[in-house]
Amino acid sequence: MSREKIKFPLDGLLRRDRFPHLWCQGCGLGIILGAFCRAVQEADIDLDRLVVISGIGCAARLPGYLNCDSFHATHGRAIPLASGAKIANPDLKVVVIGGDGDLFAIGGNHFLHAARRNIEISVICSNNLNYGMTGGQQGPTTPLQALTKTTPFGNWEEPLNLVELAAAAGAAYVARWTVTHTQRLTRSLKKGLEKEGFAFIEVVSPCPAIYGEMNEQGSAWQMWEELEVVSRIQDSILPSEASFDLHERIICGEFIDRERVGYTLRLRQNRNMARQEVLAGYG
Amino acid sequence: MRGEILTGTYFAQGDWACAEGAIAAGCRFFAGYPITPASEIMERMALRLPQVGGDFVQFEDEIASMAAVVGASYAGVKAMTATSGPGLSLMAENIGLALMTEAPCVVADIMRGGPSTGQPTMAAQGDLMQARWLTHGDYEVIALAPASVQEMFDLTVEAFNLAERYRLPVLLLADGLVGQMYDKLAIPETDRIRVESRKKPTVGPGDYLPFQADDSLVPAMACFGEGYHFHATGLTHDECGYPDMSPEGQSRLVTRLCAKVRDRAIMRVDTYHLEDAEVAVVAYGIVARSARRAVDLARERRLRAGLLRLAMVWPFPAQLLDSLSRRLKAILVPEMNCGQLVHEVRGAARGCPVHSLPKPGPIPHSAQEILEAMEKVKI
Repeated sequence: MSREKIKFPLDGLLRRDRFPHLWCQGCGLGIILGAFCRAVQEADIDLDRLVVISGIGCAARLPGYLNCDSFHATHGRAIPLASGAKIANPDLKVVVIGGDGDLFAIGGNHFLHAARRNIEISVICSNNLNYGMTGGQQGPTTPLQALTKTTPFGNWEEPLNLVELAAAAGAAYVARWTVTHTQRLTRSLKKGLEKEGFAFIEVVSPCPAIYGEMNEQGSAWQMWEELEVVSRIQDSILPSEASFDLHERIICGEFIDRERVGYTLRLRQNRNMARQEVLAGYG
Repeated sequence: MRGEILTGTYFAQGDWACAEGAIAAGCRFFAGYPITPASEIMERMALRLPQVGGDFVQFEDEIASMAAVVGASYAGVKAMTATSGPGLSLMAENIGLALMTEAPCVVADIMRGGPSTGQPTMAAQGDLMQARWLTHGDYEVIALAPASVQEMFDLTVEAFNLAERYRLPVLLLADGLVGQMYDKLAIPETDRIRVESRKKPTVGPGDYLPFQADDSLVPAMACFGEGYHFHATGLTHDECGYPDMSPEGQSRLVTRLCAKVRDRAIMRVDTYHLEDAEVAVVAYGIVARSARRAVDLARERRLRAGLLRLAMVWPFPAQLLDSLSRRLKAILVPEMNCGQLVHEVRGAARGCPVHSLPKPGPIPHSAQEILEAMEKVKI
């Protein structure tokens, strides 16, 4: 490995020909991409076995920058597509990356049932509080009273607490971080990759160019600084108590880490039972 | 493994035969959601797939089912789903994804009365145009139309072979009667069943372009986990699989996706007494069976009638219809809907008048009804 060939430590994990990326200045997705690459390195994941799948949105463009098999699917449907791939080939390490609207509005039902099944995939949600790719509309995590293109008088809908939902649906691993917690985020992403069950990691990620602009949150720098100030790390708190108030307090941490039998393992048991019956029947 | 293909003769249901055909074709993944009159396919798959080393998953809806089928197909496993009209409507977007990303798979649509919830336990042929123009954009589809329990087996095998050969979702478009009826089914010996598989890359990862096609217009398919590190997307994409928003990119991709089917003259029809016919019936599915009987009755009355039975409704055999129409006096199109296929026949058959004989279901045309209509149109 000569110096000329390897210019950056994450080179091997990225499709260099895809850069520069399409994300806006001040967006948190670059940090998530970097943290994910480091987590893949630290977990020593074989890139030949890694598949990263996404739906539609800003975050859904992330797999296109990764040097592994990647699939950019339809809006909201990354989780069932990933489930199909994982079930068909359980040797794959399957990851879903998406935004809050993709995973929890249009794709909410699939999230619920994938967590319930405890299928062995990692789901990473970049929560930027609005629909960025389509120009800044209200989404399922938009804070009350926030201004968006579709809530010109303020948002009147209560936002979802994503970690509470994930825990209630049965996820084996649940964590929330902001993009300012790069070390902890990387560790958490690594745990998610290693978890033999449904892992969910929410990453609060600023959208200064659209959401910040509409809500007069100042510069990208000011938004990032505020995230750092308002976040408190409280591991092992009940997910229902992991409150999310953008300007007051965002509780971060690792809320759930439990052992549950993975879905593809159960399907293998199902096959064994079926085959035993066949053998007995054909005896 | 013993018992993978259940060679033998059975008194079987159409849906059951479809499931056995899928297993014989090498299908090892099924994702679906219960719906009448297609549920028996998934119930059979739930029992049979784990026996033969496959997996069955009942998903939370048809949208997820179709997405999972695409995921399984890209993971290298032959995959299918089965549904009826309302479920097919929900699958539309991800069938488009399968067309765009060229994911081989099979979708069985056991047609019931519609629109909306319609007549769930009753038969119809109202999804013919839905099958053709299911999703948005430009594309070509392949849809097979079985008319018997035996064909529910045979054409399911054929659907998988076509899906693998052309890398697209293939529809098995059966009316509810064919799906639900019981009849004789002969499952051949394993070595008598021809099974095709997708073309694999012959180059290494460094030289592989996932969407570059040779003269066949069908790219070789690497799957997840094979070390090719490819990207696939529902966006318009170039040969590398990367998004391409240029006018040339759109034209190049969409033209190839259409041409890979259009240019092959894919066709599957049966003819019956067409050689000297003056009046021909064009039909598919259960209606084609009444039509065959009607042709026999007509011949007894010295009416020179014939039948063109479509075992594949899409692509539509337009050229054949055109040449046929030039030696006929009239064409009659009976179908269990308010008139869908007739428009396609009219568009193609420019040599003679084309008459519609619609019947929205759930009862198919009797042979007598078709006979009477033939006698009228002949004049």
